[in-house]
Amino acid sequence: MSTTDASYRRRDDAAYPPLDHPDYGSTRTRHPKQPPVPLEHTLSEVTGPGPALAEVMPQDADLTTNAGTGAEAMGERIIVTGRVLDEDGTPQANTLVEIWQCNAAGRYIHEGDQHPAPIDPNFIGRGRCATDEDGTYRFLTIKPGAYPWRNHPNAWRPAHIHFSLFGPALVTRLITQMYFPGDPLHELDPIMGSVPREHWHRMIGDYDHSITQEEWALGYRFDIVLRGPDATPFEAGGAGALA
Amino acid sequence: MSATEPTPELLPQTPSQTVGPFFHYALTEEPIDRLDPDGQAGQAIVVHGTVRDGAGDLVRDAMIEVWQADGGGRYRHPADGRSADVPSSFIGFGRVAVAKETGEFSVTTVMPGTVPGRGGTVQAPHLNVHVFARGLLNHLHTRVYFEGAAANDADPVLTGVPSERRHTLLARPDGEQDGLRRYRFDVVLQGEGETVFFDA
Repeated sequence: MSTTDASYRRRDDAAYPPLDHPDYGSTRTRHPKQPPVPLEHTLSEVTGPGPALAEVMPQDADLTTNAGTGAEAMGERIIVTGRVLDEDGTPQANTLVEIWQCNAAGRYIHEGDQHPAPIDPNFIGRGRCATDEDGTYRFLTIKPGAYPWRNHPNAWRPAHIHFSLFGPALVTRLITQMYFPGDPLHELDPIMGSVPREHWHRMIGDYDHSITQEEWALGYRFDIVLRGPDATPFEAGGAGALA
Repeated sequence: MSATEPTPELLPQTPSQTVGPFFHYALTEEPIDRLDPDGQAGQAIVVHGTVRDGAGDLVRDAMIEVWQADGGGRYRHPADGRSADVPSSFIGFGRVAVAKETGEFSVTTVMPGTVPGRGGTVQAPHLNVHVFARGLLNHLHTRVYFEGAAANDADPVLTGVPSERRHTLLARPDGEQDGLRRYRFDVVLQGEGETVFFDA
């Protein structure tokens, strides 16, 4: 059996941010100046760590209590759920989804965050879960606040949750951010603005009243689409499947 | 799906965004810096280095991910038909942040074997590396080869890189650490000596 003829579709360059985006000041000394060298996909690119990384505990997905203090995080409780799919709409089952975010007051628990907003000792702002057979993930968390940063005068980041996913291959690795609908800061944010506006909807969660739970939490839906296979990468259930 | 999508038969890919500066608690609180904890997957080595920006300054909020084959050149993944032979303790994945004080990253792993390439070619031993940092709106993808490896001269990827830049993909022997052979690989994001990054 050939193991090296498979490949994945290329990045959607129309919707992906450029590495050089001067409005986001940190790119100026960090973006490579040489064009990237095209790389045909080999076994090195069509394999990846994802299938081996889905060991999580149920409590890891509850950011309102996973600080382990015995007390609940402060803020507006929200449910964030969605499906991880590839471009063909195939659910990505058993995929590790990791998130991190600031607290309701707009502060990360990270020591590098010196924004003078309160730290919530009951909120560490990280969570993870694995998708189910339908590609669905689900987190219970606190709506993150906006916070200032020093990119430009009076710069504030819109509320967002960072997402990290692996998918089935090295080339499906994705780190992105989920933004919240209707936030006036979207228009002013150079990180979000690195993606052409017509594609922002791919990064904005939808308020979904069917997810909202009465007297408990508002609900948002955020589906994530990873790059899909360009050819059948391997025989399903074939030799070498992970034990 | 909106009418603006150019390829209506496909779902639209979710775009990348930067990892930002505050990923540590979520992604590297439990660093994965020993890829072969049971020492069964091959010859143990240490790979370490730094990440520098276009001003020559250390990038102190970078994260490095490593994906590699075992000493037999096999990936622990169903797309590799030989994965059943990979030692069970070896997942081939590492993830570390650079140390805030020194700007260094380090992983203890094994020297990978040669890996099948396209069209019956042989790929020299290499690590597949992703670099994440504040200021990188999409992570960077590179490979670490090993200086002096016999298979380098025939590696289809390495030999496809302009010869004057090829050295940026080579880890160099750098003494020993805890009795293991150590290799140094420094990442340069921009400017003179800029690391070759791949568009995969």
